[in-house]
Amino acid sequence: MGRILALVIKELLALLRDPKGRMVLIGPPILQLFVFSYAATLEVSNVRIGVLDRDDGLWSAELLQRLDASDTFAEIVPVDGVQAIDRLIDQRQVIAVLHLGPAFSRDLMAGTDATVQLLLDGRRSNAAQIVEGYVRRLLSDLNRDARARAGLPAIPEDPLVVRHWFNPTLEYQWFTVPSLLAMLTMLMGLIVTSLSVARERELGTFDQLLVSPLTPAQILAGKSLPPLLVGLFHGTVFLLAAIFFFGVPFTGSLALLYGSLVVYLAAVIGIGLFISSLSATQQQAILGSFLFAAPAVLLSGFATPVENMPEWLQTATLINPLRHFLVIVKGLFLKDMPLETVAASALPLALIAIVTLGTAAWLFRRRMG
Amino acid sequence: MRRFLALTRKEALQVGRDPSSILIAFVLPLILLFLFGYGVSLDATSIRVGLVLPSSEDADDLAAALTASDGIVVVTARDRRQLTGALVAGDIRGIVVIPENFRAGDPIQVLTDGSEPNTARFVENYVRGIVQGWNASTPGRPSPPGIVIEARYWFNPGLESRHFLVPGSIALVMALIGTLLTALVVSREWERGTMEAMLATPVSPVELLLGKFVPYLLLGLGSMAICTMLAVWLFGVPLRGSILALVAISAAFLVPALGQGLIISALSKNQFVASQLALLSGFLPATLLSGFIFEIDSMPEVIQWITFVVPARYLIPSLQTVFLAGDIWPLFLGDIAAMLAIGAVFMGLAANATRKRLA
Repeated sequence: MGRILALVIKELLALLRDPKGRMVLIGPPILQLFVFSYAATLEVSNVRIGVLDRDDGLWSAELLQRLDASDTFAEIVPVDGVQAIDRLIDQRQVIAVLHLGPAFSRDLMAGTDATVQLLLDGRRSNAAQIVEGYVRRLLSDLNRDARARAGLPAIPEDPLVVRHWFNPTLEYQWFTVPSLLAMLTMLMGLIVTSLSVARERELGTFDQLLVSPLTPAQILAGKSLPPLLVGLFHGTVFLLAAIFFFGVPFTGSLALLYGSLVVYLAAVIGIGLFISSLSATQQQAILGSFLFAAPAVLLSGFATPVENMPEWLQTATLINPLRHFLVIVKGLFLKDMPLETVAASALPLALIAIVTLGTAAWLFRRRMG
Repeated sequence: MRRFLALTRKEALQVGRDPSSILIAFVLPLILLFLFGYGVSLDATSIRVGLVLPSSEDADDLAAALTASDGIVVVTARDRRQLTGALVAGDIRGIVVIPENFRAGDPIQVLTDGSEPNTARFVENYVRGIVQGWNASTPGRPSPPGIVIEARYWFNPGLESRHFLVPGSIALVMALIGTLLTALVVSREWERGTMEAMLATPVSPVELLLGKFVPYLLLGLGSMAICTMLAVWLFGVPLRGSILALVAISAAFLVPALGQGLIISALSKNQFVASQLALLSGFLPATLLSGFIFEIDSMPEVIQWITFVVPARYLIPSLQTVFLAGDIWPLFLGDIAAMLAIGAVFMGLAANATRKRLA
């Protein structure tokens, strides 16, 4: 026990002695949490839309006013003619152009179908689709009001009664901040661990460790505990920021969160040590962890849902600890997730940890033999 | 000039002999783009949605309409309580509740998983579309006249998210390798002391940096070529612009990206700090602050200012344009100018940092 402790202290010193290394551990992760929490939103606001108004009537004026009043659009760009549409969209000056024909107001008041054209920039298809949704909603409200004004029979109400559970107003940050907690903790833990063995190997000090009286299991423990402490520190800082700064509700159990965080970190550390024990130089270790981290982040369900991936890739993401921990962390923040559901996601994490840590220990032992 | 050529030759040989540079420049982009191309998709095809279905003729009819649609996979139950656990676990993304004694036109309740706002909104809109369509098609309920919206998506009429995500992913891969390549390789030289040895010769820091820059620029363009081939041949993304424009845009982007790597390597003492900084200042901003997935216009103003110095922010619109729209030079030239300006500042800072290290 004393030996492991000595090794842990030595590892922590190696990590924290260098002021730049210390800075990198504390400053950037917190900065990132803040910048990315505000940046990562799939809501669309403040975009520019062009309007070609050939109607110039009562209802087109009303529509322009409503577009202007909405948060989605920062600016309504008047379009002179059909020829001007190309240039505006091509050069990305507007995300979409709404084209109102000369009979727009007349058709609306008469209660016949009024046709409008909406041209959208398909290079930004995701944002453009969201803009299309906004415009559709605006126009359907406009239609309802026009029919009421003209004394025409009302159109049926929306047939759906929608309730968003766990996040009634669909606050985007309630999704982003817990996800970033999981993501940033993984990135830091991975780099810290994957370098620890590779650096010693490159410098030749790893062989000294191996010839010391320490057993491979003790070396493994000594190498795993410091990143675990670093990860718990990051997790705590992010948790406090999420609850007290961003106001994300935490409905689940703290004990479950910390319990599953330890299992998650064990899985991340296992992967880091596995990469580390395979690489002969620091550079290989860094590359290895990048090669793991970049897909792990993008294929975790954070940016796009896992369900959208092809079947074989969904199966491959089962070895991605972030994917499982995202379920847990969002569940504990927003859904008051019960123990058995948390355990269902923690189990694969534990398996990943056991396999990777076991393999890393085996690789250490093989090097000794 | 001769000295510069000799330096470039030396660096090129060094790159050619170092397997890790080749790995970063050619193998890494292949693997990453392959995974991104398949994995990052906004086209919902199998979002699972629960359905509470009482026994009634109209309810069965609507259920058939929901099941037949190809955007969602329907999981049916008789009682809501059977589905709420699955919603908490994230196994389903929403629950559609058809009330007892349901008749066409009656309101329907939809519960979504708000912990994923984007998917929640998708479920809401998707179900609304189906229900409205089904209501309108039931006899005796003619659809009222309204505003018909003819929406047309230029450059990507089929709305395939892969078409705009793959060019974005290429930008991401380029940002990652451009910065990582120089940051790692050069910081290793600092660590081993070979940079100091070079600086002790009559070579000036600027010459030394330029000597490093040229081979890595070529290497970066090489990985761009690989990414493009993968995009066009494997993922079927059209390349409507010219190769010339593609090369000009990529080369302009590599100036700030490599410059950033050189600054990082000169400032950080070791590969650990260098790799961290490359990840933090290169890859993550390129993912989140570039307009790749998240619209820059929608971010708070302070963050919008930060995006102005993220080179990927200029690369992504140009790349999406050259692939999907064609050669629109006024757009390219603005982006290229911005990237070169940032590049010039970064290179100046890199030269400065290199000189300082000697003192």
